[in-house]
Amino acid sequence: MRTNIHVKDRVAVVGAGLTLFRRRMLETPQELAAAAARMALDEAGLTLEDIDCVVTGTAPDAFDGVHFNGEYLGDGSGAVGKSMVRVYVGGGTGVMIPVAAWWHVASGKCRTVLAVGEEKMSPALPHPQYVFAYIWDPILERPLEPNLIWIFAMEMRRYMAKCGGKKEDIALVSVKNKRNALDHPAAQVAGNITVEDVLNSETLVWPVNRLDISPVSDGAAAMVLASEREARRITDNPVYVEGIGWTLDNTHWYNRDLYYPRYVEYAARMAYKMAGIEKPIKEIDVAEPYDPFDYKELHHLEGLQLAPRCGAWKLLKDGFYDRDGELPSSPSGGLLGVGNPIAAAGVMKTIEIYWQLAGKAGARQVKKEVYRGVAQAWGDLMQVGTVIVLGR
Amino acid sequence: MVELEGTKLSEKEIETLPGVIYYKPFTRYKFTAGYAVSVFLEGLKRGKIVGSICRRCGRVYVPPRSYCEYCLKPTDEFIELPDRGEISTAVISYISAKRGRLEKPEFVGVIRLETPGYREGSYEFAGLFHKICGITEEDVKTGKAIGMKVKARWRPPEERAGSILDIECFEPIGGGED
Ligand SMILES: [Zn+2]
Repeated sequence: MRTNIHVKDRVAVVGAGLTLFRRRMLETPQELAAAAARMALDEAGLTLEDIDCVVTGTAPDAFDGVHFNGEYLGDGSGAVGKSMVRVYVGGGTGVMIPVAAWWHVASGKCRTVLAVGEEKMSPALPHPQYVFAYIWDPILERPLEPNLIWIFAMEMRRYMAKCGGKKEDIALVSVKNKRNALDHPAAQVAGNITVEDVLNSETLVWPVNRLDISPVSDGAAAMVLASEREARRITDNPVYVEGIGWTLDNTHWYNRDLYYPRYVEYAARMAYKMAGIEKPIKEIDVAEPYDPFDYKELHHLEGLQLAPRCGAWKLLKDGFYDRDGELPSSPSGGLLGVGNPIAAAGVMKTIEIYWQLAGKAGARQVKKEVYRGVAQAWGDLMQVGTVIVLGR
Repeated sequence: MVELEGTKLSEKEIETLPGVIYYKPFTRYKFTAGYAVSVFLEGLKRGKIVGSICRRCGRVYVPPRSYCEYCLKPTDEFIELPDRGEISTAVISYISAKRGRLEKPEFVGVIRLETPGYREGSYEFAGLFHKICGITEEDVKTGKAIGMKVKARWRPPEERAGSILDIECFEPIGGGED
C-alpha cells in the first residue's frame, strides 16, 4: 500500500462530544447520537449547516435490535440530506469511524465531516452477551456451545503462557484504568480498586474474572473533522490526523498463535509509516489502546509497538503507562473504567487523544508535554486492527 | 467536570416507562457446511482428521479450506493428519453458554495439530477449537497443560454423525485422570 499518499487536504479534528456511558439509558440510539453530535459541533463552534458529510458506526445491529442501524441512526447523526456512510468492523468500528472520516476530507470530497459512534446494548435480553452467540461459526464452533468469554480467556491464557505475566500483573491494567476514569465525565465504572479486588471478583472462565472485563454500556461519541483550511478558521492550534491504518486477519482464530495480535501490528505500521514515525515507543507521547479486557491493553500495546513483545506487563508494573509515566496509556480510563458502548468506545478513545493534544483533557491531562498520540481498536474473532495517529 | 447528557435508568425504572415493548424475533436458519468442511465432517465420521493443502505456498489447513487464503486459488488436495497434537491454550469455564454457573467446570482450548512439514512454533498452524478432558484445574493454572501432547477421543463409530462433536474431546496421550 502506498504511504506517500497524495491528499487534497490535510485533515484536522476540531470538535468532540460524548454522552454519559451507562448500563441502561432512557434515550433512543438517535437521541444519544444527537446529544454527542451537538456537543461536538458546539466545541467546534459550528452548526449542522456547516457539515458536508456524515460517517456513522455501530456494532452488530442485533444490540439495538434494528436492522439498517446506520440509516436508522442517520437523522440523529445529522445526516438528513447529506452524504452518509456507516462503517462496521466489529469492535474495531470505533476507530474506523474517524479513519473513514479522514478519507472523506483528505480526498477533497467533503470539507467537514461529523463522525458519530453509538451503541445501545441494553435492549438485548436476557443479557447482551447472548447476541455474541451469533459470531461463532455455525458448523464447527456453535455445537460446542461456547460462551463469548471463552475466546478471551484462551487468548489471555496463551499470552500468560508465552509472555510470563501473571493474573496479578494483568489486573493492574484494570486498577489503572478504573482509577484514571475517576476524572472522566462519561465514566460508568470508575473507582479506586486493588489487584485483590480483581482477583477476588467472580471467576467466569479462568483466567478471566469479572473485574478483568469492561461493562455493558449505552452511549454515544462524536467528532468533527475538517480540512486544514476550515480548521484554521476554527482554531489557531489544530490537531491533525497524521496516520491511519486498518487490517483484517482470517476468521479461523484457532489457526493462529493467540499470544500476539499481528493484525494490530500491521495496522499500526501502516499508520506510523504515513505519519513518518520510525520508533513508536519514543515518538508516541500518549496512547489509547483498546481495553475491553485488561490483558488486551497489554496485547495491543505490544501490537502497537509501544512495548517490546511480551514486555508490556513488565513496563506496566514499573508505572511506565501511568498518567504521569513515560508513555501514559488509557489516560481516559478506557473501556474498563469509562465503559464500553462498542462503537462509541473507540470514538471516545480517539477523542481522548485529541483532547490530550489540544490540552483540553482537564484533570486527565497527562503530566508530560504531548505532541503525538495513537488510538486503536480491535474487533471480531481476534481479527481487526484499526489505528489512528494524531499530532499537533 | 463537564456535565454530559444521558439519563441513567435502573432495570426496575424501565418497567414503569410508557412504550416499553418486549419483542422476540422469529428467525431460524439452515446452514450448509460448504465444499471443504463437508469433506472434513465426512472424515470425522471415519475417525480421521482431514485437512487441505496449497502446493503453491505449502500451507496446510485444518479445518480444510477449498481455497488458499493467501493465494486465493483452489487448494490442491485433501490430506489426512494425525489425530494428535499439543495444547496451545486451555481454560476452565465455570459458566455455560448462557452465563449460568456450571456444576462441574468445563475445559476448552485450542489444539495445535501435528502437521508433517510444519515447523514448531509457527504463528499459523493447522488446529482445532475443542473441549479438553483428562486435565485438572491445576494443570491449566500452573501452565502444565500448555504444550501438553493430546489425542482425539472419538465417539464410537455408530454414534458419529459427521459433526465436530464426533470428537468428544482431546485428552492427554498416555491417559490422564478424568
Ligand atoms: Zn497458497
